[in-house]
Amino acid sequence: MLTAIADKIAARQPLTHAEGCYLLQEADLLQVGKLADGIRRRLHPAGRVTFVVDRNVNYTNVCESQCRFCAFYRTAEAPDAYLLSYEQIFAKIQELVEYGGTQLLMQGGLHPDLKVEWFEELFRQVKARFPQVQVHSLSPAEVIHIARLSGLTMEECLVRLQAAGLDSVPGGGAEVLVDEVRQEISPNKIGWREWAAVMEHAHRLGMRTTATMMFGSRETPADIVEHLLRVRDIQQRTGGFTAFIPWTFQPANTELGGETATGVEYLKVLSLGRIMLDNIANIQASWVTQGAGIAQAALHFGANDMGGTMLEENVVAAAGCSFRMSQEEVVNLVRDAGFRVAKRNTKYEILEEL
Amino acid sequence: MADLFTELRDKIENRQRITDAEALALYESNELLAIGELAALANERLNGARVFFNVNRHINYTNVCVNQCTFCAFCRKEEQAGAFTLVIDEILAKAGEAAAAGATEIHMVGGLHPDLPFSFYLEMLAALKKTYPVLHLKAFTAVEIDYFARISGLSIVEVIQQLKDAGLESLPGGGAEILNAGVRSRLCPEKISGERWLEVTEQVHRAGLKSNATMLFGHLETYVDRIDHLSRLRQLQDDTGGFQAFIPLAFQPDNTRIPGARGPSGMDALKTLAISRIYLDNFQHIKAYWIMLGLKLAQVSLAFGVNDLDGTVVEEKIGHEAGASSPQTLSKDEILRQIRKAGRIPVERDTLYRPLRTFAMDSASC
Repeated sequence: MLTAIADKIAARQPLTHAEGCYLLQEADLLQVGKLADGIRRRLHPAGRVTFVVDRNVNYTNVCESQCRFCAFYRTAEAPDAYLLSYEQIFAKIQELVEYGGTQLLMQGGLHPDLKVEWFEELFRQVKARFPQVQVHSLSPAEVIHIARLSGLTMEECLVRLQAAGLDSVPGGGAEVLVDEVRQEISPNKIGWREWAAVMEHAHRLGMRTTATMMFGSRETPADIVEHLLRVRDIQQRTGGFTAFIPWTFQPANTELGGETATGVEYLKVLSLGRIMLDNIANIQASWVTQGAGIAQAALHFGANDMGGTMLEENVVAAAGCSFRMSQEEVVNLVRDAGFRVAKRNTKYEILEEL
Repeated sequence: MADLFTELRDKIENRQRITDAEALALYESNELLAIGELAALANERLNGARVFFNVNRHINYTNVCVNQCTFCAFCRKEEQAGAFTLVIDEILAKAGEAAAAGATEIHMVGGLHPDLPFSFYLEMLAALKKTYPVLHLKAFTAVEIDYFARISGLSIVEVIQQLKDAGLESLPGGGAEILNAGVRSRLCPEKISGERWLEVTEQVHRAGLKSNATMLFGHLETYVDRIDHLSRLRQLQDDTGGFQAFIPLAFQPDNTRIPGARGPSGMDALKTLAISRIYLDNFQHIKAYWIMLGLKLAQVSLAFGVNDLDGTVVEEKIGHEAGASSPQTLSKDEILRQIRKAGRIPVERDTLYRPLRTFAMDSASC
C-alpha cells in the first residue's frame, strides 16, 4: 500500500479516502512524514519558512453558539462578558502597527446584537486609520450569523463586508467538516456545507482564505480524512485557500473535557494534510497549541509556515494552553531547523528575508 | 549526504559501529527524518515495537548542596530560604504513598549536604528496605558516591559495598552532565571531573550494581563535546556492561546562571536522542525523560529510536525549579495512552528492565 501511495504522489494523483486512512492508521509516523516532506520540498524548493506578524483581536466573547469544545465564550449576562469598543480595538491595532505587524485577525463570538453595520463602520474606520493593515477577519460562522441578524443573504453580507474593508477570511470554525461530529461538539454552529459555501463565495469575490481543522475531540480518523477531501474539493473548484492549518482540541475548561491529542497524532495529521492537500500551497505549524519544540519538528513533517507571532491570543489560552513566542524566537527556531526564514503578509507575499 | 545515510544504514544492518566523525556528520545534517529512520532501525533491531515505562517515585532528600553548579536551579545553601532536608520518617511516608500507588521503584538523589553523615544514607536505605522490601532502591549519583567517600574517609569500593549492604540496588546515572573538562569548568567547577565520574561508575558496575548514564545537553557544549561524552560512555560500557539506559537530559534554563543558554530546541533534542541510539550500539535502552523534554516531544521521540518513556515520577523538583513546563507526574493510564498513540506496545518494567506486564496496542480503526 505504501509503495502504491508513494507512486501516486510522485505522479501527482489525488489519494482516495482509503489511502488517507491507511496513512493515518497503519503507516509509521516517519514514513508519512517523509512523503509529506517530499511534497513540501517540491512546492517550496527554496527551503524557506514564513511567518506573519499579527494580532488576534477578539471583539467579544459573548456567543450564542456555545460550542462544547470552547472555553472562551460567555453568555451575555456573565460577569466577565465583554464587547470591545471601536476605540479599544483601534488601540490594539495601533500597538500591532507599532510592533511592525501587518495582519489583523479579528474574530469573536456570535453576538446577539451586532449587525452588519457595526462591522462595516468598524472596517471602514480601521482601513482609514491603518491602511497598511490587512483585515483578515470573521470566520464563516460569524459571516452567516451577521447575515441572519441583518436580514441579508450570506452572499450579500460578504459583498458588503468586503466593500467596507474585509480583505480575507480566516478558516476558523471548520472544526471537523463532518456534520455528525459537529452535532456532537458544536450543535448550534453552522454545518459543513455552510462553512464551505462561505469559503467558496469569498473565493469567488476574490478574497483569499485559509482552512483549519480542529481535531482530537470526538471525530474518528475517517472523519479527519473526509475533512481533508472536502477542503481539497473546494480548492479544486476555487483555488482560493492560501493555507491549511490543523490544530488540536484543548480540553481544559471546556464542556467536552478529556485529553488533548498527542504529539505523534498532531504530526501525523499535519503530514497527511500536506499529502492530501497538495493543491494548497502552504501548511501552517501550530506552535500555539503544540509548543515550540513540536512546531519546529513539524517543519520536517510538511509544514512550511509558522503562522502568526500573535501579539495577543485569547481563545486557546482560555482552554489552558499558553505557549508564547516572540518574533526572535520564531526566527531562531526556523533557522535552527535548517531553513531560511522570511516575514510574509496575509497573501503569503514575502515582505522581508531575515 | 545520501551516501552518509546509505553507509550508516549498512553499518547498522551489519552491526558495525559508527565513528565519531559519522556522528558529527549526523549532527551537522538537517535531514531530521533520515536521522530518525536510522535510529528507528537500530532500535527496531534491539527492542522491536516494545516501549518500556515504570511506576516510580522520585524523592529528593535534600536540596542543600556544597556544589553550586551554574546549570542548577534546585540547590540551596544551608541557611538559604527554601532549603530543606527530609528526616527519615518523611522519606518513609513518601515511599509508603508510592508503594500504595503500585510503584516498583524509588528514585532518590540529593544535594551534597555539608552536615549529614554517611550513616544517614545507610540508615535511610535500611529503613526503606525494611519497611518496603518490594520497592527497588535506585539512588545516588556518582558525584554523591565520591562525596560519601570523602566525608566518611572510606574508599569508593567500601562506600559502594556499604550502600549495597544497606539496600542500594542500582544508580540512576546523574551527575555526568558533559564529561569534557573544559565544559565542566564553566558548568560545574566544584563537581568531580568527568574522569572521576567514569571511575566511580566503573566501580559501581564492578560491585554488581547496574546504572544508567545521563548527558545534560543544550547549554555551553558543542556537538564535539557531546560525541566525546558518548564515546567515553561506549568505551566504559564495553568494559563493564553495567549501563542499562542512556538518558539525554534537555537543559532547562530558568533560574540557572548560564548567560545566553536557552536549552535545546525540539529539533536538537530529537537529533540527540536519535544519534545516541545510533552511536551507543552497546546500550540496550534509550530513555526519553519527559520531565525535561515535554511530553509531546518525548512521545514523538519514540519514532526516533527511543524505547523507554521513564515513569510516573510523582514529585519532580529538579527540572521544575529550572522552569520545566511538563506536569510533575503522569498517571500510568496517560503513559499507556502516549505509547499506544505512538503505535507501540507498552511494557511496564521493573528497574532492571524485566517486563512486569505487556499491554495491548491501540486498536482504533478508520
